Amino acid sequence: MSVRHALLALLSEGPKYGLQLRQEFEARTGEVWPLNVGQVYTTLQRLERDGLVVSDGTSEDGPQKGFRITPEGVEELAGWLRTPPDLSSPPRDELVIKVLIALRVPGVDVHEVMQVHRRYLVELMQEWTRLKEYAADRDLGFALVVDAELFRLDAVIRWLDAAEGRIKRAAFNSAGSAPSGLPKLPKKVGVRR
Amino acid sequence: MTTLELRDVSKVFGEGPTEVDALRDVSLSVDGGELVAVMGPSGSGKSTLLTIAGSLEQPTRGEVLVLGAALSGMSRNERASLRRRSIGYVFQDFNLLAGLTAAENVSLPLELDGTPAKEARVAGLAALEELGLGDRSSRFPDELSGGERQRVAIARAVVGDRRLLLADEPSGALDSANGEAVMRLIRAACQRGVAGVVVTHDAQLASWADRVVFLRDGRVVDQTARPPGPESLLAPSQSS
Repeated sequence: MSVRHALLALLSEGPKYGLQLRQEFEARTGEVWPLNVGQVYTTLQRLERDGLVVSDGTSEDGPQKGFRITPEGVEELAGWLRTPPDLSSPPRDELVIKVLIALRVPGVDVHEVMQVHRRYLVELMQEWTRLKEYAADRDLGFALVVDAELFRLDAVIRWLDAAEGRIKRAAFNSAGSAPSGLPKLPKKVGVRR
Repeated sequence: MTTLELRDVSKVFGEGPTEVDALRDVSLSVDGGELVAVMGPSGSGKSTLLTIAGSLEQPTRGEVLVLGAALSGMSRNERASLRRRSIGYVFQDFNLLAGLTAAENVSLPLELDGTPAKEARVAGLAALEELGLGDRSSRFPDELSGGERQRVAIARAVVGDRRLLLADEPSGALDSANGEAVMRLIRAACQRGVAGVVVTHDAQLASWADRVVFLRDGRVVDQTARPPGPESLLAPSQSS
């Protein structure tokens, strides 16, 4: 989450005080990402240094200092909104790695390992769905955040289901024959982070 | 009170070399007011479990109790009466009768059970009204959208004094907004005291349930703990 651009977005609505920015930031993100006070003020200082916002310059740094966005700030915000996040290289996925390793460890039932993860993911989804059921009607931003989490977790479960089917078919096809070598991965897997 | 109880239920289809164990020693209890999802891949026995729970099919071994009464001790007629009176079904493809209006589809099970036509119609309209379909009651199924058809099917499943709601992939081919609406309606029915069982392969659907039971190759292999409540997700440790 870019605190910097979130603050620019709030200032694009009109001039605001530091304290106000912190409260609005928390409200808009559904309080899912609580922000510490220091983060708001240090980010505002950097935005001012970079010429993207200007302060009224009268009072000391702190909750009462007022800020407004500059034309450069507006341009920066517009560019950021349209810059796709980096999804091109696969992230290092701990769950994928654990399943690959579980296949190799003697005495480990990969299906049992996968079920432990599946249950955990479904339990997480149950909690998010409860949140949606009780809170999301009142807050569009929050509903969008909850949906994003649900779709992300759902995708992981779908991968587990597909992987389980693939592992079963592979076991059926190679029944009786010796296990093949280590899985060969494309070089790019696991490069990010 | 336990509305539905399956005790060591097994179902075998076919005989000899073509024998298939669709369910193996499945035990499951669902209380009034509780929504349970049964999650598993295709071929795991989900639909068989649901048809046996709804007395549409009989188990090879084991016992099914609905509202405390063992189905094995009932005659065909008694089971049929139980189905009409106490059990509601929602299927993926809605199963509405094309020649009947929405209201007639909903009141049909009551009429079949001997409720006077006028009384059944009033109950049917009330069920439709509750699901926001009051203005669609005289439409035929092919004049309704997919989401509306499924809501009619849910109205039919909860009309009268149904105690057990059984749903097989109830959001089937619906988009996610309509799928969510369907699950909200099923939960609302459960909050009024109905026991609900939804079988699905879809985790987003299953996550509406109080409890998720995992079915693999006809066996219950695992189930979720009761969720600790939404607060845990908002704890400061989740921040970034």
